[in-house]
Amino acid sequence: MFCEKAIELIRELHRMSDGQLPAFNEDGLRQVLQEMEALYEQNQSDVNEAKSEGRAELIPSIKLRHCCLLRNQRCVTAYLYDRLLRIRALRWEYGSVLPANVRFHMCAEELQWFSQYKKSLASFMRSLGGDEGLDITQDMKPPKSLYIEVRCLKDHGEFEIDDGTVILLKKNSQVRTGCHSSSSTVLKTCEMFQVVMVTSPLSSALPAAVEM
Amino acid sequence: MDTQSYFPVPPGVGMEENFLSLDDILLSHERLPIRTECTFPQLGFLEKSIPESPGTKMELPLWLTKGLYERKRKVVSVELPKVYKEGWRTVFNADPNVVDLHKMGPYYYGLGSQMLHFDSPENPEIAQTLLQTFIARFRRTMDSSQNAYNEDTSAFVERLDCLEKALFRSGQSGLNGFQSWEKGQASQLTASSLVLNYRKRKITDVQP
Repeated sequence: MFCEKAIELIRELHRMSDGQLPAFNEDGLRQVLQEMEALYEQNQSDVNEAKSEGRAELIPSIKLRHCCLLRNQRCVTAYLYDRLLRIRALRWEYGSVLPANVRFHMCAEELQWFSQYKKSLASFMRSLGGDEGLDITQDMKPPKSLYIEVRCLKDHGEFEIDDGTVILLKKNSQVRTGCHSSSSTVLKTCEMFQVVMVTSPLSSALPAAVEM
Repeated sequence: MDTQSYFPVPPGVGMEENFLSLDDILLSHERLPIRTECTFPQLGFLEKSIPESPGTKMELPLWLTKGLYERKRKVVSVELPKVYKEGWRTVFNADPNVVDLHKMGPYYYGLGSQMLHFDSPENPEIAQTLLQTFIARFRRTMDSSQNAYNEDTSAFVERLDCLEKALFRSGQSGLNGFQSWEKGQASQLTASSLVLNYRKRKITDVQP
């Protein structure tokens, strides 16, 4: 009936619910845009007719065409947005270099978006953790070991974590402490204030969920 | 458990739809029985589908019905689909667990929530039935999703509505994640499933 091509695009994406990126349906998109143009032209002429000749009975038809236009717009926007979400997932699962067959499925604008996203992510990662930056796309799962080692950068004296243990923070001494959430967030705060530096087992992310 | 990187826009809750949610778009494509209350002249290529005379019964998709519906001016009047009428409501009130919700329209809860937009006098009863049905069926869905490990669950899943299927799936993924953690597989490095799928397809691309 109406907006059939637009819903086809949505169904195409919905079929691949695991996040894979299908080929960019340029044809389908073009057909939807053509349908929108045709509806718009008809509505324009009808609105003029209704205004000039006072034909109020045209209004339901105008309303119907307007609904179709909004529907097509919604489908196209959702299609493009969902594809961007999938492409973003590719950066996190695959890395910054995509294989040729995946790149083939993306249109020129999506490739451009991907390279800009890569750049934003890279500059964000560089800004974390002091001079070297922090690669947050590694180590996305929590660590297996129960303890992390921390080396003190400054003399801080005695420090009490919320589970009761008191640690002595002296410059360049290494301290072994529990990995569970409360002490690690406390240590993360200390890291931010450059009091300690995490040395092992993971020199990158502490066991907190990595959010984008 | 696989680290999830693809987060699609979830469907809206209750009477709200999420604009960009694929599930909500497919839900609003479902057809409703309506009756036209006025004429739609000069529709051109759409003319064949919309009748000339008012008062004709036909089926329109939900998105169009929502767009055309107006409380004061009569453009379309919406009838309740069979599943939300008195007859089926008593069935649901009696025993919701025996009903095949997928056959009743795969979006039973979603469409039911959207029907409340059309100011039917039976709205409170419809809302009540939807809620009670969900509550009654939820126990079974949750139980099965948490206890069916490495089994063929298709016979159970095919009678579930889309919302229940999503709940079942997330329950299963939690169960699988827990089991793999118990076996010590959680710390093993595995290729992401996304990457594996792309590799698989590569071979079929090469073949003519």
